[in-house]
Amino acid sequence: MAAIEILGLEKTYTVGFWRKKPTHALRPLHLKVEEGEIFGFLGPNGAGKTTTLKLLMGLVFPTAGSARILGMEVNDPRMKAQIGFLPEQPYFYDYLTARELLEYYGQLSGVASKDRSRKVNEVLQRVGLPDAAGTQLRKFSKGMLQRVGIAQAILHDPKVVFFDEPMSGLDPMGRREVRDLMEQLKHEGKTVFFSTHILSDAEALCDRVAIIHQGELRGIGAVADLTSSVHGKVELVWQGSSVPGSLKALGAECHVTGDTVRAVISEARQNAALEALRREGLRLISLTPVRMSLEDYFVQQLKPSEAAVEVTS
Amino acid sequence: MSMRLVHIASNTFREAVRDRVLYNLIAFALLMSGAAILVGQISIDIERLVVINLGLTAVSLFGLVIAIFIGIGLVSKEIDRRTLYTVLSRPTRRWEFIVGKFLGLAGTLVVNTVFMAIGVFAALLYVSHHFQKADGWLLVALYFIILQFLIITALALLFSSFSSPLLSAVFAFALFVIGCFAEDLRGFASMTQGVTRWVATGAAYLVPNFSALNVISSVAHEQPVSGQLIFYNTAYALIYAAMALCGAVLVFEHRNLK
Repeated sequence: MAAIEILGLEKTYTVGFWRKKPTHALRPLHLKVEEGEIFGFLGPNGAGKTTTLKLLMGLVFPTAGSARILGMEVNDPRMKAQIGFLPEQPYFYDYLTARELLEYYGQLSGVASKDRSRKVNEVLQRVGLPDAAGTQLRKFSKGMLQRVGIAQAILHDPKVVFFDEPMSGLDPMGRREVRDLMEQLKHEGKTVFFSTHILSDAEALCDRVAIIHQGELRGIGAVADLTSSVHGKVELVWQGSSVPGSLKALGAECHVTGDTVRAVISEARQNAALEALRREGLRLISLTPVRMSLEDYFVQQLKPSEAAVEVTS
Repeated sequence: MSMRLVHIASNTFREAVRDRVLYNLIAFALLMSGAAILVGQISIDIERLVVINLGLTAVSLFGLVIAIFIGIGLVSKEIDRRTLYTVLSRPTRRWEFIVGKFLGLAGTLVVNTVFMAIGVFAALLYVSHHFQKADGWLLVALYFIILQFLIITALALLFSSFSSPLLSAVFAFALFVIGCFAEDLRGFASMTQGVTRWVATGAAYLVPNFSALNVISSVAHEQPVSGQLIFYNTAYALIYAAMALCGAVLVFEHRNLK
C-alpha cells in the first residue's frame, strides 16, 4: 500500500470582482509515495507546494481529483491520527509554554494521558528544547518556533510526516539537526514528505523527488536517476600549472587551481585530449563524465520550453 | 461529549484569561464601588434602584463588548495566524473546533459575569447595609444576561466564519442594538399591511429578541420574574444560539483556509 496516493488532485481559485477569472493553483497532479520513503517536493516559491500540502491536510478542498493517505480519505479522522504536519513558517498559540502547547496537541491527537507527559519530554529533548519547556512561545526565536513545530508534528508517533519548508528559519546547525532527525524518522520506518526549494537538502536526504512549477508536475524520480544523465562532456584533471595549446584548440574549458588543472571537454574529443596530454608528458589524475546535478535538472524542468512532464519512475 | 471539544474549549478559556480579559473585572469592581458611594451621597431612597440598574447594565455591556470582540476573532485570528492548520490536521473535526471555541468563550463570559455580579452585590450591600429577599431576582436578571451573551457569541462566531473581524463586529453590534428593540419591531409589524407586514414580521422574528431577555428594570423595582418567562427565555436563547452555531459550522465546513 502506498503511503500517499494523489489521483488527479486539482485546485482552481476564481479571482476578480465577479470571481470569474480562474487561477490554477494546482493542475491535475498524480503522485504516489511509498511507505518508508523520504520524498522531496521541490519547486520555486508559488509553485503549488503549499497548496498540495493544504489539500492533503484537508485545509482546502480540491476542485477535482482525490487523495488517499495510508489508504484512507484525507478527511478521515482515523488517518489524521496517524500523520504529523508542520506548516510553513509556523505560528503557535504564543500565550502557551512549549510544554502546554505540546500537551494540548497531544490531547487533540488522542495521546493517552498516562503517556502524554513522557512523550512531550522525549520530543522536546529530540528537537533540542528541553530547557525551554516552561517558556512562553512569544519569547521564542524563529528557529525555536520551527523546532516546536517539528516537535508537534512527531509528538504522537505518526506513520507519515509532512513538513512544509522544514529548514526555513534554521541556522546551519539547526538544518543539520533537522536533516538528521528526518533520517532517523526514515530509519524508524516512517514516511517523510517534505516541500523545499533548498535543493542541497533534497539531494542529501531524499529517496525520490518531484518537481512542481506553476501548479504542474514537471518531473519525478529517484535523485540518483535524475542526476545520472550526462551532459555529453567529460572532466579531465591533471597535475601541472599550464594548459597545452593543443588542448585549448579542442575547445576545453580549463581552470588552474594550484598545481592541478581541470578541463571540461566534449566526450567526442576525449581521445584527442588524452593524446595531447600524453604528448606533453602531463600526468592524468582523473577522467570522469560530467553528471547533471539536481540543481541542473531542476533548472531544466523549470524552463518553459521543456514543460512536458518527464516521468522517470 | 467529544473530549477534543473540551480541550479546545479549555484552551480558548486559557487564551481569554491570559489575554487579560478578566482583568477588566478589577476596573469594573472599582467602578461599581465608586458609583455606589457616589449614589449613596446624591440620592435619597433610590440608592438601591440606581445601583441595581447601573450595575446590571454595566455587567451586560461589559460582557457584550467582550463577547463581540473576542467572538469575532475566535476563527479569523486562528486563520490569519495559521494556528488552525496544526489543529485541523489532527483528528479534530471542523464542527468540534467551532463548538469548542463557542463553549470556551461562553465559559469565560460566565466566569466574567460571576465576578462582576459579586461587584454588584458588594455595591448593593454597601448602600443597603443588608440583602432583601427580592434581591434574589437579581440572579434571574444575571442569568438572562448570560443567555444574551450566548446568543451574541454564537452570532459573532457566525459572522466571523465568513467576514472580516471589523464587519463581524459591526454586524454583531448592529444586531444587538436592533434586538434590544425587537418588541417595538414586532409592534410595528402588527400595525402594517400587505408585503410590508410580511417583511417586518419576518425581520422581527429573525433578529434576536434581547428586549425579552432584559428584566433589569423589573428586578430593580423588586418585581418577580415568572417561571414561565424563565423557561421560555432559556429555550429561546438556547435554540437561537444553537441555530447561529449551526450556521457558523455550515459555513466553516465548506471554507477553504487560504
